[in-house]
Amino acid sequence: MAIIRWQPNPGGVSEFDRLRQEVNNLFSTFSPGTEPFFSRVYPALNVTEDSENLYVRAELPGVKADSMDISVVEGRLLISGERKIEPEDEKTGYHRKEREVGFFRRTITLPSRVDPAKVSAAMKNGIMTITLPKAEEAKPRKISVKTT
Amino acid sequence: MKEREMELKEKKEVKQTKGEGTRPGPVFIPAVDILENERELLVLADMPGVDSKNVDIDLRDNQLTIIGRVDPLVNEKEGFLHKEFEWGDYYRQFSLSNVIDQSKISAKMEEGVLRLVLPKIEKAKPQKIKVAAV
Repeated sequence: MAIIRWQPNPGGVSEFDRLRQEVNNLFSTFSPGTEPFFSRVYPALNVTEDSENLYVRAELPGVKADSMDISVVEGRLLISGERKIEPEDEKTGYHRKEREVGFFRRTITLPSRVDPAKVSAAMKNGIMTITLPKAEEAKPRKISVKTT
Repeated sequence: MKEREMELKEKKEVKQTKGEGTRPGPVFIPAVDILENERELLVLADMPGVDSKNVDIDLRDNQLTIIGRVDPLVNEKEGFLHKEFEWGDYYRQFSLSNVIDQSKISAKMEEGVLRLVLPKIEKAKPQKIKVAAV
């Protein structure tokens, strides 16, 4: 499942990129079993946070909510699903076909502890938003200093 | 059949748009499928994040323009930890032949996919011309 994200200039790998790759490889060898937080597999994910939640968003146009499978296991978020395009009637021919179909699965290591029981996901206009409430110990806590 | 795994494609940005540019931020080229049968042309465009009320379809001088606007994706209080895709409006233009009946064009948005139906002008019915005998 090692799908590499398409890059506009694959030939022009700079010395710096190569070095970065080497360093990344080094890290992945030393921590087996954990996917890198950054990966280049479909779908592209944006991760944000506020004080209460982590939010993971993906652009999944035309993907039905019931074809998605989302789970949280040991600090990792697993997303999988399938994008189908219903065929038009057989008398309809294609002039252009740019939209992709197929299966996808993606795993990311969550940057902070979450409460797996309270994770929710919603699809709207082809955007999936997964809301992951932070575990109590991961929430920022304000400590007041007492004067004596 | 072997299952087909999807590949991630970088969103393509529009470098310059005619008559646009009133909003800041990037504008992207949506991926489209164009289909045709005897009755109509069908355009399907992936525009995730675009609500049906934010789509503009314009057809003039056989130039079809599709514009999709997006609302902000993240709440003000959220901070980015990781970013793989950019957020922005969509813009794409096509040239059409003049067989389209412009008054019957219909469009709908569903799950971030635009479905645009462009019916063709009904062909002139064959007419038999009688030759009058003098």
